Amino acid sequence: MTSIVALVLSGLFMGWKDQSAINESIFNKRAILAAVSDHLGGKDAQKMGDDEVNAFFDTNVKQIALDMSGTKLTEEEVSNAGYKGGKAEHIDMAKEKKKPEEERIIPLYIFDAGKEEFYIVTVIGNGLWDNIWGNIALKSDLNTIAGASFDHAGETPGLGAEIKDNPSFPKRFKEKEIYNDDGEYVSVALKKTGAKPSNPHAVDGISGATVTANGVEEMLWRGIQYYEPYFNSIKTTKKSGVRN
Amino acid sequence: MAEILDKDVVKVKEPLFGKVEKKLLKDPLNDNNPITVQVLGVCSALAVTSVVYPSFVMAIAVVFVCGFSSLFTSLIRNKIPPQVRMIVQLVIIATLVTIVELVLKRFQYPIYRQLTVYIGLIITNCIVMGRLEAFAMANKPWRSFVDGIGNGLGYGAILLIVAFIREFFGKGSLFAGSGLEMKIIGGSPDYFINTMAEGSWFGWYANNNLMVLPAAAMFIIGVLIWVQRSYNPKLVDIS
Repeated sequence: MTSIVALVLSGLFMGWKDQSAINESIFNKRAILAAVSDHLGGKDAQKMGDDEVNAFFDTNVKQIALDMSGTKLTEEEVSNAGYKGGKAEHIDMAKEKKKPEEERIIPLYIFDAGKEEFYIVTVIGNGLWDNIWGNIALKSDLNTIAGASFDHAGETPGLGAEIKDNPSFPKRFKEKEIYNDDGEYVSVALKKTGAKPSNPHAVDGISGATVTANGVEEMLWRGIQYYEPYFNSIKTTKKSGVRN
Repeated sequence: MAEILDKDVVKVKEPLFGKVEKKLLKDPLNDNNPITVQVLGVCSALAVTSVVYPSFVMAIAVVFVCGFSSLFTSLIRNKIPPQVRMIVQLVIIATLVTIVELVLKRFQYPIYRQLTVYIGLIITNCIVMGRLEAFAMANKPWRSFVDGIGNGLGYGAILLIVAFIREFFGKGSLFAGSGLEMKIIGGSPDYFINTMAEGSWFGWYANNNLMVLPAAAMFIIGVLIWVQRSYNPKLVDIS
Protein backbone atom coordinates (compact mmCIF):
# COMPACT_ATOMS: atom_id res chain seq x y z
CA MET A 1 0.00 0.00 0.00
CA THR A 2 2.82 2.39 0.81
CA SER A 3 4.20 2.00 -2.69
CA ILE A 4 0.87 3.00 -4.24
CA VAL A 5 0.69 6.01 -1.95
CA ALA A 6 4.25 7.02 -2.77
CA LEU A 7 3.64 6.72 -6.51
CA VAL A 8 0.42 8.71 -6.45
CA LEU A 9 1.82 11.52 -4.33
CA SER A 10 5.09 11.87 -6.19
CA GLY A 11 3.23 11.73 -9.49
CA LEU A 12 0.90 14.54 -8.49
CA PHE A 13 3.74 16.58 -7.06
CA MET A 14 5.95 16.28 -10.14
CA GLY A 15 3.06 16.89 -12.47
CA TRP A 16 2.07 20.08 -10.79
CA LYS A 17 5.45 21.34 -9.65
CA ASP A 18 5.91 23.82 -12.47
CA GLN A 19 2.54 25.44 -12.16
CA SER A 20 2.94 25.62 -8.37
CA ALA A 21 6.26 27.40 -8.82
CA ILE A 22 4.63 29.84 -11.25
CA ASN A 23 1.81 30.43 -8.78
CA GLU A 24 4.33 31.15 -6.07
CA SER A 25 6.29 33.64 -8.16
CA ILE A 26 3.09 35.51 -9.10
CA PHE A 27 2.13 35.63 -5.42
CA ASN A 28 5.52 37.16 -4.59
CA LYS A 29 5.23 39.68 -7.42
CA ARG A 30 1.88 40.82 -6.10
CA ALA A 31 3.46 41.34 -2.69
CA ILE A 32 6.22 43.42 -4.24
CA LEU A 33 3.74 45.54 -6.19
CA ALA A 34 1.69 45.95 -3.02
CA ALA A 35 4.61 47.86 -1.53
CA VAL A 36 4.10 50.57 -4.15
CA SER A 37 0.33 50.25 -4.22
CA ASP A 38 -0.22 54.00 -4.43
CA HIS A 39 1.82 54.34 -7.57
CA LEU A 40 0.37 51.63 -9.76
CA GLY A 41 -1.78 54.08 -11.68
CA GLY A 42 -5.00 53.15 -9.94
CA LYS A 43 -4.53 49.40 -10.27
CA ASP A 44 -4.85 47.07 -7.31
CA ALA A 45 -2.14 44.41 -7.06
CA GLN A 46 -4.56 41.90 -5.56
CA LYS A 47 -7.21 42.36 -8.21
CA MET A 48 -5.00 42.16 -11.29
CA GLY A 49 -5.10 38.86 -13.14
CA ASP A 50 -2.07 36.57 -13.21
CA ASP A 51 -0.99 37.48 -16.72
CA GLU A 52 -1.47 41.15 -16.01
CA VAL A 53 0.80 40.94 -12.99
CA ASN A 54 3.51 39.24 -15.03
CA ALA A 55 3.20 41.70 -17.91
CA PHE A 56 3.18 44.71 -15.61
CA PHE A 57 6.18 43.40 -13.74
CA ASP A 58 8.16 42.68 -16.89
CA THR A 59 7.57 46.08 -18.42
CA ASN A 60 7.92 48.32 -15.39
CA VAL A 61 10.20 46.59 -12.91
CA LYS A 62 13.92 46.07 -13.33
CA GLN A 63 15.27 43.17 -11.29
CA ILE A 64 18.79 43.12 -9.88
CA ALA A 65 20.40 40.50 -7.69
CA LEU A 66 23.09 41.73 -5.33
CA ASP A 67 25.59 40.09 -3.09
CA MET A 68 26.57 41.37 0.35
CA SER A 69 29.28 43.68 -0.94
CA GLY A 70 26.87 45.51 -3.22
CA THR A 71 28.01 43.99 -6.50
CA LYS A 72 25.43 43.19 -9.11
CA LEU A 73 25.24 39.51 -9.96
CA THR A 74 24.74 38.09 -13.42
CA GLU A 75 21.99 35.64 -14.22
CA GLU A 76 24.57 32.90 -14.34
CA GLU A 77 25.80 33.62 -10.85
CA VAL A 78 22.23 33.59 -9.50
CA SER A 79 21.60 30.26 -11.22
CA ASN A 80 24.79 28.89 -9.70
CA ALA A 81 23.53 29.91 -6.29
CA GLY A 82 20.76 27.40 -6.85
CA TYR A 83 17.99 29.41 -8.49
CA LYS A 84 17.01 28.21 -11.93
CA GLY A 85 15.91 31.17 -13.99
CA GLY A 86 18.64 33.41 -12.72
CA LYS A 87 16.50 36.42 -11.92
CA ALA A 88 16.08 38.25 -8.65
CA GLU A 89 12.48 37.09 -8.43
CA HIS A 90 13.66 33.50 -8.09
CA ILE A 91 15.73 34.13 -4.97
CA ASP A 92 14.22 32.33 -2.01
CA MET A 93 14.66 34.59 1.02
CA ALA A 94 14.04 31.82 3.52
CA LYS A 95 16.77 29.74 1.91
CA GLU A 96 19.17 32.67 1.93
CA LYS A 97 18.44 33.28 5.59
CA LYS A 98 19.93 29.91 6.42
CA LYS A 99 23.26 30.76 4.80
CA PRO A 100 25.97 32.63 6.72
CA GLU A 101 25.46 36.36 6.36
CA GLU A 102 28.40 37.04 4.05
CA GLU A 103 27.27 34.49 1.47
CA ARG A 104 23.70 35.69 0.98
CA ILE A 105 22.35 37.22 -2.17
CA ILE A 106 19.49 39.70 -2.11
CA PRO A 107 17.01 40.93 -4.70
CA LEU A 108 16.39 44.56 -5.60
CA TYR A 109 13.47 45.72 -7.72
CA ILE A 110 13.53 49.10 -9.40
CA PHE A 111 10.03 50.18 -10.30
CA ASP A 112 9.73 52.85 -12.95
CA ALA A 113 6.49 54.71 -12.37
CA GLY A 114 7.04 57.23 -15.12
CA LYS A 115 7.58 60.36 -13.10
CA GLU A 116 9.56 58.68 -10.32
CA GLU A 117 11.56 55.61 -9.55
CA PHE A 118 11.13 53.35 -6.54
CA TYR A 119 13.66 50.92 -5.11
CA ILE A 120 11.96 47.93 -3.54
CA VAL A 121 14.06 45.88 -1.12
CA THR A 122 13.17 42.56 0.44
CA VAL A 123 13.95 41.85 4.07
CA ILE A 124 13.42 38.75 6.17
CA GLY A 125 13.60 38.18 9.91
CA ASN A 126 12.28 36.22 12.86
CA GLY A 127 8.76 36.59 14.17
CA LEU A 128 7.45 34.84 17.24
CA TRP A 129 6.82 31.45 15.66
CA ASP A 130 8.54 31.45 12.29
CA ASN A 131 9.89 33.72 9.56
CA ILE A 132 8.48 37.13 8.77
CA TRP A 133 9.42 39.09 5.69
CA GLY A 134 8.59 42.30 3.92
CA ASN A 135 9.06 44.39 0.80
CA ILE A 136 9.98 47.99 1.50
CA ALA A 137 9.76 50.57 -1.28
CA LEU A 138 12.16 53.51 -1.08
CA LYS A 139 11.86 56.68 -3.09
CA SER A 140 14.67 57.71 -5.37
CA ASP A 141 16.36 59.61 -2.55
CA LEU A 142 16.95 56.13 -1.05
CA ASN A 143 15.86 57.55 2.28
CA THR A 144 12.09 58.00 2.37
CA ILE A 145 9.83 54.97 2.50
CA ALA A 146 7.09 55.06 -0.12
CA GLY A 147 5.27 51.97 1.07
CA ALA A 148 5.67 48.47 2.45
CA SER A 149 4.06 45.05 2.45
CA PHE A 150 4.63 42.32 5.00
CA ASP A 151 3.96 38.62 5.31
CA HIS A 152 4.62 35.86 7.78
CA ALA A 153 4.91 32.11 7.95
CA GLY A 154 2.96 31.40 11.10
CA GLU A 155 2.17 34.32 13.34
CA THR A 156 -0.96 34.44 15.50
CA PRO A 157 -4.07 35.80 13.78
CA GLY A 158 -5.13 39.05 15.38
CA LEU A 159 -1.70 39.62 16.91
CA GLY A 160 1.48 39.01 14.95
CA ALA A 161 -0.49 38.32 11.79
CA GLU A 162 -1.68 41.93 11.84
CA ILE A 163 1.48 42.85 9.93
CA LYS A 164 -0.22 41.26 6.94
CA ASP A 165 -3.93 41.18 7.68
CA ASN A 166 -4.32 44.75 8.84
CA PRO A 167 -4.06 47.12 5.87
CA SER A 168 -3.23 50.05 8.12
CA PHE A 169 0.00 48.52 9.41
CA PRO A 170 2.13 48.93 6.25
CA LYS A 171 0.63 52.38 5.75
CA ARG A 172 2.30 53.55 8.96
CA PHE A 173 5.68 53.36 7.23
CA LYS A 174 4.87 55.85 4.49
CA GLU A 175 7.02 58.96 4.47
CA LYS A 176 9.24 57.62 7.26
CA GLU A 177 12.97 58.01 6.76
CA ILE A 178 15.82 55.63 7.36
CA TYR A 179 18.63 58.18 7.57
CA ASN A 180 18.56 61.02 10.06
CA ASP A 181 19.58 64.61 9.33
CA ASP A 182 23.23 63.85 10.02
CA GLY A 183 23.21 61.14 7.39
CA GLU A 184 23.40 58.35 9.96
CA TYR A 185 21.47 55.13 9.36
CA VAL A 186 18.77 54.84 11.99
CA SER A 187 16.08 52.74 10.24
CA VAL A 188 12.52 52.83 11.55
CA ALA A 189 11.63 51.71 15.07
CA LEU A 190 8.30 50.27 16.24
CA LYS A 191 7.25 51.97 19.45
CA LYS A 192 5.01 50.02 21.82
CA THR A 193 3.70 53.14 23.48
CA GLY A 194 2.92 54.79 20.18
CA ALA A 195 4.99 57.09 18.03
CA LYS A 196 4.33 60.72 17.17
CA PRO A 197 3.34 61.21 13.54
CA SER A 198 6.01 63.92 13.32
CA ASN A 199 8.77 61.47 14.22
CA PRO A 200 10.28 60.32 10.93
CA HIS A 201 12.04 57.34 12.43
CA ALA A 202 9.32 55.57 14.44
CA VAL A 203 5.88 54.05 13.95
CA ASP A 204 3.27 52.61 16.31
CA GLY A 205 3.85 49.03 17.39
CA ILE A 206 1.22 46.29 17.63
CA SER A 207 -0.66 45.67 20.89
CA GLY A 208 -0.11 42.18 22.16
CA ALA A 209 2.46 41.33 19.51
CA THR A 210 5.69 42.46 21.12
CA VAL A 211 7.93 39.75 19.74
CA THR A 212 6.64 40.13 16.19
CA ALA A 213 6.99 43.92 16.38
CA ASN A 214 10.52 43.57 17.68
CA GLY A 215 11.13 41.14 14.85
CA VAL A 216 9.92 43.66 12.28
CA GLU A 217 12.12 46.37 13.79
CA GLU A 218 15.19 44.11 13.76
CA MET A 219 14.40 42.87 10.27
CA LEU A 220 14.26 46.42 8.93
CA TRP A 221 17.39 47.49 10.79
CA ARG A 222 19.48 44.58 9.54
CA GLY A 223 17.83 43.89 6.21
CA ILE A 224 18.01 47.38 4.75
CA GLN A 225 21.66 47.62 5.81
CA TYR A 226 22.47 44.76 3.44
CA TYR A 227 21.61 47.11 0.57
CA GLU A 228 23.74 49.99 1.82
CA PRO A 229 26.88 49.13 -0.17
CA TYR A 230 24.93 49.14 -3.43
CA PHE A 231 22.96 52.26 -2.51
CA ASN A 232 26.16 54.11 -1.63
CA SER A 233 27.62 53.17 -5.00
CA ILE A 234 24.63 54.50 -6.92
CA LYS A 235 24.41 57.62 -4.79
CA THR A 236 27.91 58.58 -5.87
CA THR A 237 27.10 57.91 -9.52
CA LYS A 238 23.92 59.95 -9.15
CA LYS A 239 25.86 62.84 -7.67
CA SER A 240 28.27 62.81 -10.56
CA GLY A 241 25.30 62.97 -12.91
CA VAL A 242 25.66 59.50 -14.37
CA ARG A 243 22.37 57.58 -14.35
CA ASN A 244 22.83 53.87 -13.77
CA MET B 1 -44.04 -26.56 19.15
CA ALA B 2 -44.14 -24.44 16.07
CA GLU B 3 -42.13 -25.35 13.07
CA ILE B 4 -39.11 -23.29 12.56
CA LEU B 5 -39.04 -22.56 8.91
CA ASP B 6 -35.69 -22.19 7.29
CA LYS B 7 -36.12 -19.36 4.95
CA ASP B 8 -33.77 -19.24 2.02
CA VAL B 9 -31.33 -16.54 2.70
CA VAL B 10 -31.79 -14.16 -0.19
CA LYS B 11 -29.15 -11.62 -0.79
CA VAL B 12 -31.07 -8.39 -1.01
CA LYS B 13 -29.46 -5.71 -3.11
CA GLU B 14 -29.37 -2.77 -0.75
CA PRO B 15 -30.49 0.50 -2.25
CA LEU B 16 -27.78 3.03 -2.87
CA PHE B 17 -29.53 5.73 -0.95
CA GLY B 18 -31.79 3.93 1.43
CA LYS B 19 -32.93 4.86 4.88
CA VAL B 20 -29.62 4.04 6.52
CA GLU B 21 -27.66 6.25 4.16
CA LYS B 22 -30.07 9.13 4.57
CA LYS B 23 -29.73 8.83 8.33
CA LEU B 24 -25.95 8.75 8.05
CA LEU B 25 -26.04 11.99 6.12
CA LYS B 26 -28.64 13.75 8.22
CA ASP B 27 -27.54 12.85 11.73
CA PRO B 28 -24.16 14.60 11.75
CA LEU B 29 -25.81 17.79 10.61
CA ASN B 30 -27.89 18.09 13.75
CA ASP B 31 -28.40 15.20 16.15
CA ASN B 32 -24.87 13.90 16.08
CA ASN B 33 -22.92 16.92 14.97
CA PRO B 34 -19.18 16.30 15.25
CA ILE B 35 -18.43 19.68 16.77
CA THR B 36 -21.41 20.50 18.95
CA VAL B 37 -22.43 17.02 20.07
CA GLN B 38 -19.40 14.76 19.65
CA VAL B 39 -17.13 17.74 20.43
CA LEU B 40 -14.43 16.66 18.01
CA GLY B 41 -12.34 18.85 15.72
CA VAL B 42 -12.93 22.03 17.67
CA CYS B 43 -9.32 23.22 17.30
CA SER B 44 -9.46 24.09 13.64
CA ALA B 45 -12.95 25.48 14.11
CA LEU B 46 -11.44 28.11 16.38
CA ALA B 47 -8.45 28.95 14.26
CA VAL B 48 -9.73 29.11 10.70
CA THR B 49 -13.10 30.75 11.14
CA SER B 50 -12.12 34.41 11.31
CA VAL B 51 -12.87 34.79 7.61
CA VAL B 52 -15.53 32.92 5.64
CA TYR B 53 -13.71 31.97 2.44
CA PRO B 54 -10.86 29.96 4.04
CA SER B 55 -13.40 28.25 6.31
CA PHE B 56 -15.35 27.27 3.23
CA VAL B 57 -12.23 25.79 1.62
CA MET B 58 -11.34 24.05 4.88
CA ALA B 59 -14.83 22.56 5.12
CA ILE B 60 -14.61 21.17 1.57
CA ALA B 61 -11.16 19.75 2.36
CA VAL B 62 -12.44 18.00 5.49
CA VAL B 63 -15.47 16.58 3.65
CA PHE B 64 -13.15 15.19 1.00
CA VAL B 65 -10.62 13.75 3.48
CA CYS B 66 -13.23 12.34 5.86
CA GLY B 67 -15.28 10.74 3.09
CA PHE B 68 -12.46 9.18 1.14
CA SER B 69 -10.43 8.05 4.14
CA SER B 70 -13.52 6.31 5.47
CA LEU B 71 -14.02 4.73 2.06
CA PHE B 72 -10.46 3.47 1.69
CA THR B 73 -10.20 2.29 5.29
CA SER B 74 -13.46 0.41 4.98
CA LEU B 75 -12.28 -1.23 1.76
CA ILE B 76 -9.25 -2.75 3.49
CA ARG B 77 -10.72 -3.07 6.97
CA ASN B 78 -10.51 -6.85 7.06
CA LYS B 79 -6.96 -6.98 5.82
CA ILE B 80 -5.26 -4.63 8.28
CA PRO B 81 -3.30 -6.41 11.00
CA PRO B 82 -4.64 -5.14 14.34
CA GLN B 83 -1.22 -4.11 15.58
CA VAL B 84 -0.72 -1.52 12.83
CA ARG B 85 -4.32 -0.42 12.53
CA MET B 86 -3.76 3.18 13.55
CA ILE B 87 -0.63 3.56 11.48
CA VAL B 88 -2.41 2.42 8.34
CA GLN B 89 -5.28 4.81 9.05
CA LEU B 90 -2.78 7.60 9.51
CA VAL B 91 -1.09 6.86 6.19
CA ILE B 92 -4.44 7.01 4.40
CA ILE B 93 -5.40 10.30 6.05
CA ALA B 94 -1.97 11.85 5.47
CA THR B 95 -1.99 10.88 1.79
CA LEU B 96 -5.39 12.45 1.23
CA VAL B 97 -4.42 15.63 3.04
CA THR B 98 -1.25 15.88 0.97
CA ILE B 99 -3.36 15.53 -2.17
CA VAL B 100 -5.54 18.40 -0.94
CA GLU B 101 -2.43 20.53 -0.34
CA LEU B 102 -1.04 19.79 -3.79
CA VAL B 103 -4.36 20.60 -5.45
CA LEU B 104 -4.60 23.90 -3.59
CA LYS B 105 -1.02 24.80 -4.42
CA ARG B 106 -1.72 24.18 -8.08
CA PHE B 107 -5.14 25.74 -8.47
CA GLN B 108 -5.67 28.26 -5.68
CA TYR B 109 -2.28 29.46 -4.47
CA PRO B 110 -3.38 32.50 -2.38
CA ILE B 111 -5.73 30.32 -0.33
CA TYR B 112 -2.97 27.78 0.09
CA ARG B 113 -0.79 30.50 1.60
CA GLN B 114 -3.54 31.64 3.88
CA LEU B 115 -4.32 28.14 5.13
CA THR B 116 -0.80 26.64 5.19
CA VAL B 117 -0.68 25.11 8.64
CA TYR B 118 -4.37 24.39 8.96
CA ILE B 119 -4.64 22.08 5.99
CA GLY B 120 -1.81 20.01 7.43
CA LEU B 121 -3.66 19.92 10.73
CA ILE B 122 -6.59 18.11 9.14
CA ILE B 123 -4.43 15.03 9.68
CA THR B 124 -4.78 15.53 13.41
CA ASN B 125 -8.44 16.50 13.20
CA CYS B 126 -10.19 14.14 15.61
CA ILE B 127 -13.27 13.89 13.42
CA VAL B 128 -11.41 12.02 10.71
CA MET B 129 -9.70 9.51 12.98
CA GLY B 130 -12.78 9.34 15.16
CA ARG B 131 -15.04 8.29 12.30
CA LEU B 132 -12.50 5.81 10.99
CA GLU B 133 -12.32 4.05 14.34
CA ALA B 134 -15.98 4.32 15.20
CA PHE B 135 -17.53 3.51 11.86
CA ALA B 136 -15.28 2.71 8.92
CA MET B 137 -13.48 -0.15 10.63
CA ALA B 138 -16.76 -1.98 11.14
CA ASN B 139 -18.93 -1.05 8.20
CA LYS B 140 -19.18 -1.49 4.48
CA PRO B 141 -17.40 0.87 2.08
CA TRP B 142 -20.34 2.78 0.62
CA ARG B 143 -21.88 3.32 4.06
CA SER B 144 -18.57 4.45 5.49
CA PHE B 145 -18.14 6.88 2.62
CA VAL B 146 -21.57 8.38 3.24
CA ASP B 147 -20.87 8.58 6.97
CA GLY B 148 -17.58 10.35 6.32
CA ILE B 149 -19.23 12.83 3.97
CA GLY B 150 -22.03 13.42 6.48
CA ASN B 151 -19.66 14.16 9.32
CA GLY B 152 -17.57 16.40 7.11
CA LEU B 153 -20.72 18.31 6.19
CA GLY B 154 -21.71 18.63 9.85
CA TYR B 155 -18.30 20.06 10.62
CA GLY B 156 -18.54 22.33 7.60
CA ALA B 157 -21.96 23.63 8.62
CA ILE B 158 -20.72 24.70 12.05
CA LEU B 159 -17.56 26.18 10.54
CA LEU B 160 -19.57 28.31 8.15
CA ILE B 161 -22.01 29.51 10.81
CA VAL B 162 -19.18 30.56 13.10
CA ALA B 163 -17.24 32.15 10.25
CA PHE B 164 -20.24 34.12 9.00
CA ILE B 165 -20.80 35.57 12.45
CA ARG B 166 -17.13 36.28 13.09
CA GLU B 167 -16.40 37.87 9.76
CA PHE B 168 -19.59 39.91 9.65
CA PHE B 169 -19.22 41.37 13.13
CA GLY B 170 -15.44 41.42 13.17
CA LYS B 171 -14.76 42.89 9.75
CA GLY B 172 -18.07 43.92 8.27
CA SER B 173 -17.56 41.90 5.12
CA LEU B 174 -18.27 38.42 3.82
CA PHE B 175 -16.13 36.21 1.64
CA ALA B 176 -13.19 38.58 1.87
CA GLY B 177 -10.26 37.23 -0.07
CA SER B 178 -12.30 35.42 -2.67
CA GLY B 179 -13.49 36.93 -5.92
CA LEU B 180 -16.95 37.50 -4.49
CA GLU B 181 -16.20 39.72 -1.57
CA MET B 182 -19.22 41.51 -0.18
CA LYS B 183 -18.29 44.54 1.85
CA ILE B 184 -21.32 45.18 3.96
CA ILE B 185 -20.73 47.64 6.76
CA GLY B 186 -17.67 49.71 7.39
CA GLY B 187 -16.01 53.07 7.42
CA SER B 188 -15.20 53.70 3.81
CA PRO B 189 -17.19 54.23 0.63
CA ASP B 190 -16.44 50.68 -0.64
CA TYR B 191 -18.89 49.32 1.87
CA PHE B 192 -22.58 48.86 1.21
CA ILE B 193 -23.39 50.65 4.46
CA ASN B 194 -20.86 53.39 4.91
CA THR B 195 -20.70 54.27 8.57
CA MET B 196 -18.63 57.36 7.89
CA ALA B 197 -21.00 58.83 5.35
CA GLU B 198 -22.80 62.08 6.11
CA GLY B 199 -26.03 61.48 8.01
CA SER B 200 -25.51 57.72 8.17
CA TRP B 201 -27.75 55.93 10.68
CA PHE B 202 -24.83 53.69 11.55
CA GLY B 203 -22.28 56.29 12.53
CA TRP B 204 -21.99 54.70 15.97
CA TYR B 205 -21.07 51.26 14.56
CA ALA B 206 -17.56 49.96 15.05
CA ASN B 207 -16.24 46.50 14.18
CA ASN B 208 -16.16 44.13 17.14
CA ASN B 209 -12.46 43.34 17.45
CA LEU B 210 -13.09 40.43 19.82
CA MET B 211 -14.58 38.57 16.87
CA VAL B 212 -11.21 38.55 15.13
CA LEU B 213 -9.56 36.60 17.95
CA PRO B 214 -10.03 32.81 18.27
CA ALA B 215 -11.64 33.19 21.69
CA ALA B 216 -14.75 34.54 19.99
CA ALA B 217 -15.13 31.26 18.09
CA MET B 218 -15.18 29.44 21.40
CA PHE B 219 -17.96 31.69 22.71
CA ILE B 220 -19.97 31.31 19.53
CA ILE B 221 -19.63 27.52 19.53
CA GLY B 222 -20.68 27.52 23.20
CA VAL B 223 -23.78 29.50 22.33
CA LEU B 224 -24.50 27.18 19.38
CA ILE B 225 -24.28 24.13 21.65
CA TRP B 226 -26.63 25.81 24.09
CA VAL B 227 -29.16 26.74 21.41
CA GLN B 228 -28.99 23.31 19.80
CA ARG B 229 -29.53 21.49 23.07
CA SER B 230 -32.45 23.65 24.05
CA TYR B 231 -34.34 23.17 20.82
CA ASN B 232 -33.45 19.65 19.75
CA PRO B 233 -35.62 17.25 21.76
CA LYS B 234 -33.21 14.35 21.33
CA LEU B 235 -30.37 16.24 22.94
CA VAL B 236 -32.15 17.85 25.86
CA ASP B 237 -31.10 15.51 28.66
CA ILE B 238 -28.05 13.75 27.33
CA SER B 239 -25.37 15.39 29.46
